[in-house]
Amino acid sequence: MPLLHRIARKDHRPIGFVLDGAPCEGREGDTLLTAILAQRERLRASDFSGEPRAGFCQMGACQDCWVALENGERLRACSTALVAGMRIVTGQRRAA
Amino acid sequence: MSERPQPLIVGAGPAGIRAAQALVAAGLRPLVVDEAPACGGQIYRQRLVPDGRSSRDLYGSEAVKAEALHRDFAALAGRLDYWPQSLLWNLRDGRADIMAEGTSRQVAYDGLVLATGATDRILPIPGWTLPGVFTLGGAQIALKSQGCAIGNRIVFLGSGPLLYLVAWQHMKAGVAVAAVLDTAPFSAKFNLLRGLPLFPEIVLRGMRMTAELRLAGVALHYGVGDVRILGEERVEGIAWGAAGSERRLPCDGIGYGLALRSETQLADLAGCRFAFNARDRAFLPERDAAGRTSMPGVYLAGDGAGIAGADAAERAGELAALALLEDRGLPHDAARAQVLEAELARIGHFREVLESAFPFPPHWATAVADETMLCRCEEVRAGEVRRAVAGFGVHELNRLKAVSRVGMGRCQGRICGAAAAELLAHETGRDLAAVGRLRSQAPVKPIPLTLALDAHREAAE
Repeated sequence: MPLLHRIARKDHRPIGFVLDGAPCEGREGDTLLTAILAQRERLRASDFSGEPRAGFCQMGACQDCWVALENGERLRACSTALVAGMRIVTGQRRAA
Repeated sequence: MSERPQPLIVGAGPAGIRAAQALVAAGLRPLVVDEAPACGGQIYRQRLVPDGRSSRDLYGSEAVKAEALHRDFAALAGRLDYWPQSLLWNLRDGRADIMAEGTSRQVAYDGLVLATGATDRILPIPGWTLPGVFTLGGAQIALKSQGCAIGNRIVFLGSGPLLYLVAWQHMKAGVAVAAVLDTAPFSAKFNLLRGLPLFPEIVLRGMRMTAELRLAGVALHYGVGDVRILGEERVEGIAWGAAGSERRLPCDGIGYGLALRSETQLADLAGCRFAFNARDRAFLPERDAAGRTSMPGVYLAGDGAGIAGADAAERAGELAALALLEDRGLPHDAARAQVLEAELARIGHFREVLESAFPFPPHWATAVADETMLCRCEEVRAGEVRRAVAGFGVHELNRLKAVSRVGMGRCQGRICGAAAAELLAHETGRDLAAVGRLRSQAPVKPIPLTLALDAHREAAE
């Protein structure tokens, strides 16, 4: 069950991306946070206990929505626009 | 003139836009740096793409103001430099380090207007880190800017005008609002009547929104305390104390916030002197009525200098720009500055009324359970803070950060700092003003290490 529910842009152009290895679709105008949470209920695992997290402030302040690309580059999901072909990894628990 | 570096404005919300407009009108060419992809700030934030909704749908009664700001800023194109999606991450020796387009640049400036805005003020409660819990501002951004609801059945919790506004906006957008839980008692709302002579239209609009929420069947509860957010992997419900028993409500999304707190990191890095502000329960950079700080050439405007709202921000932005012009010995409209000062004073009085209608919850620090997560970055619980205070004899906030890691994480205490100060003051029996404030550190937000190295190399050359 996704966390976010679309009430606008439902029929905007689909934008394909890869989420943890699986092909997904967002919509034109999505942030990464929206694209992910419109189909998932978490964005990342917390750094120490691995608790599920899904962002908080959505305005670039809380820093609780960082995800990574497969190449290791890190992105703040709430303030990054979804780009077609992005390969995103989430939920990686940091090695102890 | 041309040999002096350009003035720098940080933030393209209502304050930054009006400051830019006034500087351009005086013939200066400011650089405006903003983190967002488009102007407007948080309150008048724009969508990434059109989505069929009107300005009225997005901004309600404030649509005219939003459209005017967006239009006026667009009209300045060509007469200023505007760097959207750019982060000013350090200030040193009259220079700013700015990350833009994947690289970091050092920019010299002459005159700095900080219009950095605010974020929701939070006091941690059990379950507040669960997926599905967002700030009130976050819920509003999802709705307005992304066209998404944070749940199918949402509870809005906290205090402040934003609580009712965001709930009302969701109700209007057709989203099911399960309840509004106000931490302040109903009796506090009578204080709003004192605001009627000052700003009747705002008070009446607030009353109308509350009435419409009730008519739509939204339950409004006042004096809500002992709140727990329920769920294991995500929000499943909320529980709160009422008249000695516990009430529960299932929900799948929660918007939470207790008014706002100012973003002051850059004023700190700029060297501005701070003073404790009892109304905002926070240390704020000192400023005169026009926005001058203790540092020559550094000006403050908008909620980043103290919470006063968007209408005040527009005026404060223009006023700070006029002060900058005056200090440079340039022609400036002194009569206009007087009008703006008077309007800001009136808004300031109204802000006192709002504070009494939406008071800060007085007993949080006494009641917060040891196991409640205080710092969501470093995952420090309230009990660990209490033990650190007792075990190390800590009575100052930066010392508490050093021994407990509270406020040491990626957000630099933006989210937990207010709560950590409240808890430290309570545990040590000191005034909030006596425990100090978290020192700001560059970079003010995380940046790629390679960028910082580039900037360092450039500076060394």
